[in-house]
Amino acid sequence: MTVQSSAPTSQDPSPPQPSKTSGLKLVVNRVLRVRELSVLVVDIVLIIYFGAANSEFFTVSNIQNISNFFSAAALIAAGEVFLLVCGEIDLSAGMTFALVPVVMVTLNNDGIQLWLALIIGLAIAAVIGLFNGLVTQYLMLPSFITTLGTLYLLHGFSLTLAGSTPLPAPQDGIIPKIFGVWQWSELTWTVVIILVMQVVLTQTRWGAHTIATGANMIGASEAGIKVRRIKIRAFVLTAFLSGLAGILDGTNIAKSFDPNAGGNNLMFTAVAAAVIGGTALLGGSGTVVGAALGALLLAVLQDGFNIQGISATTFVIVEGVAILLAMTLNIYFTRFRARAKVG
Amino acid sequence: MTVNVGVDEPTAGSASQAPVIEARNISKSFGAVSALRDVSLEVGKGEVLGLIGDNAAGKSTLIKILTGFQQPTRGQIFLDGKLVTLSSVAEARAHGIETVFQDLALIDTLPVYLNLYLNKEPRFGPFLRRSVMQENSRRYLDDIGIQIGSVNDEVASLSGGQRQAIAVARSVYSHARILLLDEPLAAMGAKEGGIILDLISMLRERGEVSMILIAHNYAQVLDVCDRVNLLQHGEITLNKKTSETSVEELLDLVAKEYRRGGKLAGNRGQLLNEAREGP
Repeated sequence: MTVQSSAPTSQDPSPPQPSKTSGLKLVVNRVLRVRELSVLVVDIVLIIYFGAANSEFFTVSNIQNISNFFSAAALIAAGEVFLLVCGEIDLSAGMTFALVPVVMVTLNNDGIQLWLALIIGLAIAAVIGLFNGLVTQYLMLPSFITTLGTLYLLHGFSLTLAGSTPLPAPQDGIIPKIFGVWQWSELTWTVVIILVMQVVLTQTRWGAHTIATGANMIGASEAGIKVRRIKIRAFVLTAFLSGLAGILDGTNIAKSFDPNAGGNNLMFTAVAAAVIGGTALLGGSGTVVGAALGALLLAVLQDGFNIQGISATTFVIVEGVAILLAMTLNIYFTRFRARAKVG
Repeated sequence: MTVNVGVDEPTAGSASQAPVIEARNISKSFGAVSALRDVSLEVGKGEVLGLIGDNAAGKSTLIKILTGFQQPTRGQIFLDGKLVTLSSVAEARAHGIETVFQDLALIDTLPVYLNLYLNKEPRFGPFLRRSVMQENSRRYLDDIGIQIGSVNDEVASLSGGQRQAIAVARSVYSHARILLLDEPLAAMGAKEGGIILDLISMLRERGEVSMILIAHNYAQVLDVCDRVNLLQHGEITLNKKTSETSVEELLDLVAKEYRRGGKLAGNRGQLLNEAREGP
């Protein structure tokens, strides 16, 4: 596009209006932006604290542990952020996580080459997302309901396919090495995907339209944005990342694929990570990096409590408090923002 | 996409060629109730037409017809002298007819420049060309005299008047030729409303876009419009240049209506409202 400017600028050199609310708004905006930063600060404080409290914290094996807690949740959260930002959620992500590797290894056991089985597995993940998206957008079911249904459906498939027992994960060859056997492969995938998705959300049209769809669906569609397509894409993305996380996680940690792995706990951890990281529950804003920092917070807490010998039960309590606190702040800020704009 | 910012066209209104938009003998009935009866109006290039009238006079129905949201029972619409059928909002928009309903089309959580460019973002490969959008938005808003802190501010952080100004600016920026402003000053204080009135005056001076402004405040209408049409009971009862009428005359006409109508007019208004909100 070309813009030709010839007219002199505004004839009226009146000073910029420092309305009485603008100072307050500035502070609100700053705090909102800092929220992501505040999660980082909490992460660092926790890391320093556990590092000082326990000499084992900074050992390679413990960092591997943190990575194990962190990776799958952060990967799924990267997808859930896109969904939450455009006003949807995927409750079935944890079950996609369990099903996809089971499908892959079953196909492999039936004689299909591993690389092909991997591609088919990931394609099935995408199809699950497509299904969630199409049902939500064209049958007008709330995503909460649609994905609650697919949650059970997928769990049933996993149990049927795997015969209710864990299947050993392939460990030989280059593909397993890339997808989990190499110690840091899962973390590497996770970090790279987080960075890529952060760029997609903040620097591309897809990202801007995802935010627009969540913040003002009618306004976005009036501007010609295909809001259904944006939402369906987010479902596909989330399911795809969940399936990938399932393959990486099983290969990397348990060396087997358990049809009962991941599940709802993992899905909720991912959603909690996104919310702790500042993604608005009502849609319209959020960042992938924020969600990753949220996932790191939960992972460090969990690992720290483990090595300090604090019971797992206590961790669950702390996790609950952390989520409640983050969600309260989240809603409070959204409302505050809505009120600030009226003033 | 070519945007001509700052064409030197100081004179506005009164076009010599065919009007940009002309409605001829428009009637609209909802069952037995007729909301518009034989309404004709026209707006020239760069002209600002003020449309005033009582709540149930049919303003909204007329606007809905001009934006393709509803179809007239009878009558025709001409754009640049050519007969058109506006069978949907999308079709009207394709003809360059845009409505600004308050600030409802803005995306609160996106910065001002992305709002101006929504769904028309320039890209380099897959990446948004932010600096181009920021630079052009800043220059454009400066040109039409909209003052905001920064084009990088989220729309949510702007005041009501600024938000509406951005909404108007976006319509013009995205090639609206005919802008319909439905009560843009409703629920706005004097200072905030002033932002919009200044913007309308500025756009009028530039003369690129024709506007129909619906408002209740006659003084404001006379201030920023070239011509005013008064709609009463579905008919246009006054069509004058703003320089040839006065707040007194307009008030007088409306007061007469009240005196004449009394209770009957109230019932009629209610009927029309019900008809409009029906299917």
